[in-house]
Amino acid sequence: MSITVPKVRVPYLLLFPGFAFLFTFFILPIVNLAQTSTQSPIAGGDTGQYEQRFAFSNYVNAFLENREQFARSFVYATLATVFALAIAYPLAYAIAFKSGKFKNILLVLVVAPFFTSFLLRTIAWKQILGEEGFLVPTLRNLHLLGQQTTITSTSIAVVAGMTYNFLPFMTLPLYASLERIDPRTIEASGDLYANGLTTFRRVTVPLSLPGVVAGTLLTFIPAAGDYVNAAILGSPNTKMIGNVIESRYFKIVDYPTAAALSFTLMAAILILVTLYIRKAGTEELV
Amino acid sequence: MSAQRPLSPEARSILKAGISRRAVLAGAGGVGAAGLLAACGGGGGDSATAENSVRWGNWPLYLDFDEESKTYPTLEKFKTQTGIDAQYFEDYNDNDEFFGKVQAQLKLGEDIGYDVVTPTDWMAARWIRLGYTQKFDLANIPNHVNILDSLKSPSYDPMRESTLTWQGIMAGFGWNTAKNPKGIHTLDELFAPQNKGKIVVLTEMRDTIGVILLSQGVDITKVTEDQFMNAVDFMAKKIADGWIRGVKGNEYAEDLTSGDAAAVIGWSGDMFILASENEGKFDFAIPESGGTISGDNLLIPSTATPAGKANGEKLINYYYDPVVAAEVAAYVNYVCPVKGAQAEMEKIAPELATSEYIFPTEKMASRLHVFRSLTPDEETKWAEAFQQAQGN
Repeated sequence: MSITVPKVRVPYLLLFPGFAFLFTFFILPIVNLAQTSTQSPIAGGDTGQYEQRFAFSNYVNAFLENREQFARSFVYATLATVFALAIAYPLAYAIAFKSGKFKNILLVLVVAPFFTSFLLRTIAWKQILGEEGFLVPTLRNLHLLGQQTTITSTSIAVVAGMTYNFLPFMTLPLYASLERIDPRTIEASGDLYANGLTTFRRVTVPLSLPGVVAGTLLTFIPAAGDYVNAAILGSPNTKMIGNVIESRYFKIVDYPTAAALSFTLMAAILILVTLYIRKAGTEELV
Repeated sequence: MSAQRPLSPEARSILKAGISRRAVLAGAGGVGAAGLLAACGGGGGDSATAENSVRWGNWPLYLDFDEESKTYPTLEKFKTQTGIDAQYFEDYNDNDEFFGKVQAQLKLGEDIGYDVVTPTDWMAARWIRLGYTQKFDLANIPNHVNILDSLKSPSYDPMRESTLTWQGIMAGFGWNTAKNPKGIHTLDELFAPQNKGKIVVLTEMRDTIGVILLSQGVDITKVTEDQFMNAVDFMAKKIADGWIRGVKGNEYAEDLTSGDAAAVIGWSGDMFILASENEGKFDFAIPESGGTISGDNLLIPSTATPAGKANGEKLINYYYDPVVAAEVAAYVNYVCPVKGAQAEMEKIAPELATSEYIFPTEKMASRLHVFRSLTPDEETKWAEAFQQAQGN
């Protein structure tokens, strides 16, 4: 390698914009959030006025009061991730191996929902699953749904909305890792007398694992913190931790609890993800 | 509007008069989305005001709007008359959210992007308490004398030195007439079997809990914490048992039109527009036990520049002219706070001039109650209970 380029400084200079950005928009807000999370109301102060009292009990109280919503968030996020995987794997497989000349069109179709806003897509689901949409009257006529039973405002609607909204995040990494599989490994499997199923199980799936891990993380992490689907498609009985944080921040003007909940959510996701990656045993994420 | 009749005469006359309104469905959908986005959005005008402009943040569907020209006729007239560039932002979607958005800037004394904002009574009270408002120069607002006597001295601003009512809002029962042919006049009728799972109540704590409290015989001008918590428990139980489908802001109108909701605790003006746009399908009434009334208030934030403040005062003065107030009321259908507007209304829409929902008679006014003001401690504690009851 040529050593004419001056010294060690170059990599740091190149990294500077990224670090500056992360420092300003990630580190500083996180520090601020951490400070807020241990504040207490000023005695005799007005709504929304807090001072630093290092009240670590905020964390305990915030968690204990909202265990239900925490649990619900992780259950919903897990369900949405599993459903998204179940839908996306065959889809990505078909695009990677079976789509021929339609490959690019199919990929565009996977990304196409991103062309409209997340909110509009979720509101559209409200119409689709609503009383006067196509689905509910049809199911009722087929007697698959009771006359009084509805789909919107239930956990089914929330999980369905989340699955739909995060599907592309699952499909794309899966496609990327399936696409990279060397066809010769599959041929080799055949040469060793493995049938189709065994080849899929012993060759394709293990080689696509990095895609599965990346896809599940990209779906699970935002899904656990999501509040839009629960707000638009859910009811008071399907509130997630994101809704609680929003309400604490904007409705109750209780910044310390909102901050403590955010940190707890971050920590919980970090722990779950670390365990998951350890278990999955992959270091390469796409 | 008689509560007993399936469609109010005003609603019918509106259809005949052909006063242009925006589609409620589109409006309500937008409101929901905007509400969710409010957390992220900035909003308001950029940088400080120019010398001859004023920036006004108001609730959606709250100013007369001309569908064809896509302009606000009364606001356009103000611009031509005064030469002031009035910028109008429909981004005040929720009292708490808006407060959350601008509080930090107010504290630091930095421009919040508005010279006039429109918070509800209790929130206006908070702004005044925290010193986030500027006192009016009443010489610039000679029309302030036109405010209705009943609104002249609220507890949070007894001399009306820094707020003036924009519109008054009544909360009561709204319903789908096909599902509730006899109408809804009591809480028991709201929680009737045919409405199970199809009831939506308001996110505005004082309205939802206020209506429940009144039906329990509680005087909301003196409500105690025990009484309040008792009503919250009642709501929580109705949610847990699957009666109440959602606790929402303006979006309840969308749920009514889509059939997802059959009965609501809602606001007079919204329900009025819904009724007029879907003939015979919806109606509204003040509960037999009484409804709540509150007001949204025009006020000038502490961060407005002297020019912005002066222009804001001119704007407020303009809307306190009875002729202009009548034009606005004919569109928004909320309670008009301006004396003399009823006489002006007779000239432009005589059917509306007799509407008790725009110009309450004494008899009607006696059935409407104002939720008492809360201390900061109560505000936090009660809001927390109300939020927790809705799963938050």
